[in-house]
Amino acid sequence: MGDTLSAAFSVAFHGLAFAMVLYLISVGLSVTMGLMGFVNLAHGVFAMAGGYVLTSLMNRFAVPFVPALLGAAVVVALASFPIERLLYRRLYGGEELDQVLLTMGLVFISVAGATYVWGPLQQPLLPPLWLSGAVDLGIDSFPAYRSFLILCGAALVTALWLGIERTRFGIRLRASVDNLRMAQSVGIDTSRLFMTTFALGSGLAGLGGGLGADLLAINPGYALQNLAYFLIVVAVGGLGSIRGPFVAALLLGVADSGFKYLLPEFGAFFIYALTMAILLWRPRGLFGRA
Amino acid sequence: MTPSRAVEAFARRHHYRPYEALPWVAAVASYFVFPDYLALGAQILATILFALSADLVLGYAGIVTLGHAAFFGTGAYVAGILAAHGWGEPITGLLAGAVAAAVLGFLSGLVVLRTTGLALLMQTLVVATMVAEAANKASFITGGDDGLQGMEVWPIFGRFRFDLFGHTSYLYCLSALFLCWLAVRRMVHSPFGRSLTGIRENVRRMHAIGAPVARRRLIIYIISAALAGISGGLIAQTTQFVSLSFLSLERSGTVLIMLIIGGVGRLYGAFIGVPLYMVAQNRFSEIDPVYWYFWIGLLMVFIVVFARGGVLGLFDQFQR
Amino acid sequence: MNAPALETRGLHKSFGALTVANAVDFRLESGARQALIGPNGAGKTTFVELVTGALRPSAGQINLDGADVTDLPQAARVKRGLVRTFQITALFRGLSILENVTLAICERQGIGGGLFWPAGRYRAAIEEAHALLEQVGLEDEALSPVTTLAYGRQRLVEIAISLALSPKVMLLDEPAAGVPSAESGTIIEVIERLPTDIAMLIIEHDMDLVFRLAQRITVLVQGSILVEGTPEEIAADPEVRRVYLGERPRR
Repeated sequence: MGDTLSAAFSVAFHGLAFAMVLYLISVGLSVTMGLMGFVNLAHGVFAMAGGYVLTSLMNRFAVPFVPALLGAAVVVALASFPIERLLYRRLYGGEELDQVLLTMGLVFISVAGATYVWGPLQQPLLPPLWLSGAVDLGIDSFPAYRSFLILCGAALVTALWLGIERTRFGIRLRASVDNLRMAQSVGIDTSRLFMTTFALGSGLAGLGGGLGADLLAINPGYALQNLAYFLIVVAVGGLGSIRGPFVAALLLGVADSGFKYLLPEFGAFFIYALTMAILLWRPRGLFGRA
Repeated sequence: MTPSRAVEAFARRHHYRPYEALPWVAAVASYFVFPDYLALGAQILATILFALSADLVLGYAGIVTLGHAAFFGTGAYVAGILAAHGWGEPITGLLAGAVAAAVLGFLSGLVVLRTTGLALLMQTLVVATMVAEAANKASFITGGDDGLQGMEVWPIFGRFRFDLFGHTSYLYCLSALFLCWLAVRRMVHSPFGRSLTGIRENVRRMHAIGAPVARRRLIIYIISAALAGISGGLIAQTTQFVSLSFLSLERSGTVLIMLIIGGVGRLYGAFIGVPLYMVAQNRFSEIDPVYWYFWIGLLMVFIVVFARGGVLGLFDQFQR
Repeated sequence: MNAPALETRGLHKSFGALTVANAVDFRLESGARQALIGPNGAGKTTFVELVTGALRPSAGQINLDGADVTDLPQAARVKRGLVRTFQITALFRGLSILENVTLAICERQGIGGGLFWPAGRYRAAIEEAHALLEQVGLEDEALSPVTTLAYGRQRLVEIAISLALSPKVMLLDEPAAGVPSAESGTIIEVIERLPTDIAMLIIEHDMDLVFRLAQRITVLVQGSILVEGTPEEIAADPEVRRVYLGERPRR
């Protein structure tokens, strides 16, 4: 009995950590897809870039963990501005196929670019001393880094939701997701809103990629390997939704760690089957609007 | 214009034009001109068929899919597994691959085609990922990560052995492509094919003129899956190897790229895009496989920004 | 008396709290020339979508020529002769005018799913399509892409496509919407010349067009039928003048 309980805690704990990473990375994708109707298959590139910036800052330049993490988010967010202005913006409201092509192209470029700069091997994330080892949470002891990851993720999610609920930017964003044309006609500068949202989403993805570097290994194929995960979170959560992907990420994270524990052989397969079942039941996702 | 002239022009539209012989002349000529590259040539021909099948769903029915490799890989694995387990007869192997892919197309189409747009795109991706995962886990029969090995493909009609230089492979792939192309061309010009264009152009209107839209989309999805399966089977039989990459997202993506380089919804886009892509890949990969990705990525961005319609689209612009 | 060509009984549709069709009892006699008018947002287009089957009603019944079609899919209703045009032109943009009409004829004849013979082999279908183009005066442009036509002439293609389906009931959703007044005359003439055995319901904003074409007028307001009668009766009805005609700018 004790074993089962401890296993359940362990599954929940690791699932939660994974869910945080998935959510941080995917929430921006959900918003860009829902708000701008843009099929962004290159979203994982921003997460990967966050991972590379973080590990490089730490491993090559000996920057401490926390500043390096913030640096990753800022660098990725800044880098996303020109990409949005020069490439993405052309295709808002355009054909899906063009968007698929453009973003697949960016993924391919990222694969080559990352191999050129960092080589084909995976980048190790060495957490600082204060995050190594384990913490005893009474029931069981858990790895310190992942505990930090969960806390950090929870704090970010709260901040994000509060921001979207309370700030002027958040109000505009919600209005535009709800009805873009209406938002434009009441004078919201949607072009600027898109740019800011895109940068924010990319920055969060960079942060998520960096934080999650020990869960989703940083290597040149990152954007391609994990694309299905990010898309599943968005599809199951519901396009344009901000909270939907959180529920989806929780579901995916816990299911993933649960299946890996119970049925390590067929874990991934069940995840996909579950996704299909949910999409069959609700083609627009759990929180998607009809 | 007199009534008869307009009707006449319409009624003659499916007739063969001289330029349509070009790809075949080029393919036969290549056989004699590049005897050292027949193995690559065979792969190009089989991949043209894959791109042609993708063109049917993408270019004609307007279904944007990221999971077409599922059908390609299924055909390859079925043909490959048969050959590795004692049934090396190539033509029945190919047909078995086509049937298996068609069945998968039917089952997944029932689910996937209920949606459109973004949701459809994601569902095709999820289906393909599931198939890839299933193949990975069934390593006792597929070989898993190591790929499927030990295939023994018998001579075609019991007479023509697959030789080291690829003579047989090339002609085998060429014949299969030619037959499939005849069928596809016929279908594209049939009322069914025209109604697909109608669905792509305006689905609401298609409903309003009483067309069974869902059934048409499912039928073309199945046909396209079968053709992709044949293409996969051809590559499996001629290279005697199948790996998990046959089912990958990358494969689904690159076939779209090849098609777009040539031109979508034109029947001949595949014949231009695939050779261009594969010959370039062959050249550049020799220099450095990683940078191939860089250049192809850049090319895709370039196409989207500057050259929609691919090579054939540029032709159109030039003519105007 | 014969069953009406089209009839709805207690037709009801709501999206959440918003009711867009409220207990609509509507009759369209065979061969009728009737108009459905109402202010913006009255639910006119929703009514068309419900009747054609693009939307499912929340409650109520739809009869076509006396037969209940409420549960039939859109395609089956088209086969029984219920045909619509679109308010905003909805043509097959990449195709020629002739082919736009031919596609509809192929569907009507049940050959639209034929995989084997080329479309060009079905000569009778193409010739019939061409004859329809003559009927609406588009035969000279039969092979031009539909996008090269002026908007007003594209509306004629809309009508030709509907005619290709051998309609018994035609729902014309704002047939002259967006057309410059110089060109709308042609459209009205074409509609006036349509075979009289087709029951026709014109959904319109343009009062001149309604009074010229319709023998009876139904006024829809907020999803319910306010009143129905001859053009004279409608024009004289004080309630209609208040909610509908009164809306028109007087300045």
